[in-house]
This record gives sequence, structure tokens and C-alpha cells, in this order.
Amino acid sequence: MIEGIFVDGLIFSIMVLGVLITYRILDFPDLTTDGSFATGAAVATISIVNGLGLFPAILLATLAGAAAGIVTATIHNHLKVPGLLAGILTMTMLYSVNIRILGGRANVPLLRIETLYSRMPEQFSFLSEPWALLVGTLIIVIIVKLILDLFFRTDLGISIGALGSNEQMIVSMGINPRVLKVIGIAVSNGLIALSGGLLAQYQGFADANLGVGMVVQGLAAIMIGEFLFNTNKIFLISLRVIFGAIIYKGLMFFGRYYGYYINLTPSDLKLLTGILVIVSLVIAKTRNAASSADARKKAIKKNLALREHEEKKEIEHA
Amino acid sequence: MLKIEQVSKVFYPGTVNEKRALDYVNLEVSDGDFVTVVGSNGSGKSTLFNLIGGTFPVTGGKILLNGTDVTGKPEYKRAFTIGRIFQDPTVGTAAAMSIEDNMITAYKKGMKGLKISLNHVKREMFKNELKQLSMGLEERLKDNVGLLSGGQRQALTLLMTVLSRPKLLLLDEHTAALDPRNAQIVMDLTTQFIKKYQLSALMVTHNMQHAIQYGNRLIMMDEGNIILDLKEEEKKNLTVPKLVEMFKSIKNKEYSSDEDLLS
Ligand SMILES: Nc1ncnc2c1ncn2[C@@H]1O[C@H](COP(=O)(O)OP(=O)(O)OP(=O)(O)O)[C@@H](O)[C@H]1O
Ligand SMILES: [Mg+2]
Repeated sequence: MIEGIFVDGLIFSIMVLGVLITYRILDFPDLTTDGSFATGAAVATISIVNGLGLFPAILLATLAGAAAGIVTATIHNHLKVPGLLAGILTMTMLYSVNIRILGGRANVPLLRIETLYSRMPEQFSFLSEPWALLVGTLIIVIIVKLILDLFFRTDLGISIGALGSNEQMIVSMGINPRVLKVIGIAVSNGLIALSGGLLAQYQGFADANLGVGMVVQGLAAIMIGEFLFNTNKIFLISLRVIFGAIIYKGLMFFGRYYGYYINLTPSDLKLLTGILVIVSLVIAKTRNAASSADARKKAIKKNLALREHEEKKEIEHA
Repeated sequence: MLKIEQVSKVFYPGTVNEKRALDYVNLEVSDGDFVTVVGSNGSGKSTLFNLIGGTFPVTGGKILLNGTDVTGKPEYKRAFTIGRIFQDPTVGTAAAMSIEDNMITAYKKGMKGLKISLNHVKREMFKNELKQLSMGLEERLKDNVGLLSGGQRQALTLLMTVLSRPKLLLLDEHTAALDPRNAQIVMDLTTQFIKKYQLSALMVTHNMQHAIQYGNRLIMMDEGNIILDLKEEEKKNLTVPKLVEMFKSIKNKEYSSDEDLLS
């Protein structure tokens, strides 16, 4: 049971990493997510059902998500539409597209067919089945995380981060911010679709409604992660996101499992998630003010100590 | 270097708010010129810079950079030749990123690739560059820029701007938001860098002393026009009272037939 929460949380964490890129790194609130998550599930499922092979299936799913991201970024860039509206447009269109991909159905099962998740127990036959799924998922998440960490240490990745922090600076450095937005939003939705593709295989079906409410859940996970520790290093930021995603799934599990004692039904979870985000926002706001003042103080202290040290050296010299 | 021909800018044309911010301005800046720009609030100094930099399009006229017409070119393309620093120290740097990440982004103009350029060699280089600022920033490469003071941030912006090797600097009151001590530090660094990298520069300032003391040329703007252009010798002998006197006599000539002036 507990392994299940972790597998769920880990698959979900790849989606949250995508949301992190748009909401936190690019500062571009992107609602494509709800559509591209289901797109990933649909493309992976249909590819597998049609015997394309597991690796091509997951690759295609990722690319389809990236394509959805490019559509959103292009609408935003060229029609000068606010990011939110561009995302909603793509998301709405994706709902129809996803049903098309699924062959006109809203739900396609992956039964008695080989998927990544039916392969894992064979691959790790020395483990019990739940543990095999957990280890397999963990390996995928670690690979994705490391590639992402590396990407955000490249010159391109750093400039995408700078864009989110200060667009004028990017323009001043001779970079077209539109191009960076396209790349960033494409990578984000690629990850989101990858996550959807994995979830479809884990739960054994793709559904056109799979992505509903994903953005808010992703935000909740990011915010939970941000309570864990403060950092400006991408390696730790992505780690924090993964922890946040697992904790979120754990909380939701307990909400579903024990919620009925207080008359909670599964349909109340979205409300709870929203409240969780709001509470996080309130806490973060007060804490942020405090911590940035704190960081400022620390920096000044460090600076003063440094100066004193230098002055001492100078005196010793003299 | 820079040539501006008959450039004008009208905001909100055809509405009640129509505002002619620049009125057929001509200006030529030679290689190595350091031009100080003065003029009262709303006289069009920042608008002139925004048109040169490409923040918004001209209403009419032509802008040439090193002989090529850049009038229709987007801001990010002009940025290869132009380095801009604004009054607000937060505009030039990314607060949520470390000093070294900021510097690597500024190190080379243009679109970045999937290379990891930030290594030990670069860090050493950045440390040496930061030492020129004498602010101790060389020990804080991994600190977020948001933690720096306004003066430190503006000095870093200046350093990053010159690191990216522009040919022309546009400085729009870039020391106005700083306390006098930091303003002086940034001003000293500015002249030092302009010499070191042989840059041309346009610098807006409301500090008349600075306008006279720095650079080899001074222009004065008023109501969207360049009303005074003093070069080399003329500028060397300038004092603040003389400058004020010149401004008054130009304004008087303009209004000599205007009775409103007396009321
Ligand atoms: N983006 C804009 N939209 C509308 N009007 C503008 C805009 N920018 C400037 N103006 C107007 O153009 C005129 C010139 O403004 P500008 O900012 O160039 O003055 P300035 O000389 O830089 O003044 P200051 O010394 O106060 O910075 C002003 O009347 C201003 O209101
Ligand atoms: Mg101005």
C-alpha cells in the first residue's frame, strides 16, 4: 500500500517538475498542463496498443506534450495574448485532440498488454512486485531529475531562469525572449506529458479527463516542497519538488482513506487541494517576507565580517 | 557610431492625450564620444534612449548604428551593439539568480546553447572582474543578486554590461537612485570602463556638475528638441551658472514674442 503512494507520488513528481518550470522558473502561469497531461497518457496508450514499443511510446508522448507547449507559447508570443489565456485555449483544444488520439473514445484500457509497469516486476524479479514498481519508477524519476538539473546548469537553462526573473535583462543581453519561452514551455509540457504517459501505464488506462485539476495539484506539491527547505540551487529545488509531490500524494491518500470518518468524499479532495494552496500562499507570504529580510541580514553580516577580515590583514601588512 | 535623422515620437496619436515627446531630432555621435544629456523632466531624454535602444518604434525618422539602419530592428538585436543601464538598479540583473549565473548570462551576447560554460576558469575570471568593483562581491559568487544593496547591484549591472562588449552605452540616470557614496563609486567605475573598453556613451543626468565634469560633449533637451550641443573646448570652459544662463537665453529667444512668458 505504502509503496503505491510512493509510485503515485513519483510519477506525479515528474508532472510537478514541469509545473515548476513554468510557474516558478519562467514565471509563466501555464494552464496547458491539464490538457497535455492527458495528451501524454493518450499518446503513450495508443502507441503501445498499436505495438510501437515501450520506448518509442513514451518518447512520442513526451514530444506530443512539448508540441502542445509550443502551441501555447506561439499563441502567447505572436498574438500577444496573456499566458493564462493562451494556456486555456490550448488546453480546451487539447480535450478534442485527446479524444481523437484515443480513437473517438474518452477511455482506452491497457489490459493484457505489455507496459513499462508490467515489465518492471520481470526486470527486478528479485523484488516483490510493489517494490519492483517503486524501484523502476524511482530510477525513471532520478534520470529525469538529473537531466533536468543538468539542463538548468547549461547556458541555455540559466538564461531561461534569468528570463523568469527579469525579462529586460534577457533582452539587453541580445536574446529573443520569445524563443526562450517556447523552449521553456515545451520542456515543461514534455515532462507533464511524460508523467501522463507513465500514469496511464501504471493504472492501466488512458482517460481524456486524466489531467483535470493537475495544475493546482502541482502547485500544491511545489508549495509543500518549499516548506521543507530554502535553496537557490536547482539540484535541491528539484529534489524539494519530488518530496513535495510524494507528501501531497500521501496527504491525499490519507484524506481518501480516513476522510470518511469526518464525512469527506473523494470529490472533496479538489476543494481540499485548493484550500491547501491558499493556506500555503498565506504562510509563504509571511514567511517569505521574514526569510528575505533574514537572508539580507545574513548577507550583510557576512559582508561586514569579510571587510573586517580584510582590514585586519591590511593592518597586519602595515 | 550613432546617427539619428529627423526622429520623432508621438504617444497616443490622434487622441486627446496625444503627446509629441520627440520633435524631429537629429544627432550624430562619433566613436569614442561620451555625451552627457541634460534637460528638465519630460523633455524627452528617456524617450530618445528608448528609441535608440528599440523599446518602442519611432513615429518618424531613421536611426543608424555603425552605418546600418536599425530603425525597424527589435530591441534584442540592437542590444548586440548597445548596452543600457537604467535608473532602477533591479532592471539590469536577475534577482532570483546567483551572481555567477547572472554573469555567465551576460558574458556573451546572444542566444545560448546547451553548453555548460560556468566552470572554474570562468569563476576565477568573474572573481577578478568583480574585484575591480572593490565591494567584496568576488567572495559572494553564489549569493543571489536579490541580496545585494542597490549600489552593489548597479555596479554589478555596469560590470555585466561592459562584459557583454557593447559599443555604445546608454546610461539613463543610472546613479540617481543611489546614495552619494555609491553614486560616486558607480560613476568612477563608469568612466573607468568607458576608457578601458573604448566605448561611446550617452549619459542622462540631472546632476549639472556631473554633466559638465564627465564626457567630451553635452547636449540639452527641451520639449522634445535638442536645444544645445556643446563640444570639446566649449564644454571644457563650462560652469553650472554659464549653463543655466545659456538655457535661459535660449528659452527667452523662443518666447521673445510670447506674452505668456511674462505672466
Ligand atoms: N511610454 C509612454 N507612454 C506615453 N507617454 C510617454 C511614455 N514615455 C514618455 N512619455 C511622455 O513623453 C514625454 C517625455 O518623457 P521622457 O520620459 O522622455 O522624459 P525625460 O526627459 O526622460 O524626463 P525625466 O527627467 O523626468 O526622466 C513626457 O511627457 C512623458 O509623459
Ligand atoms: Mg527619464
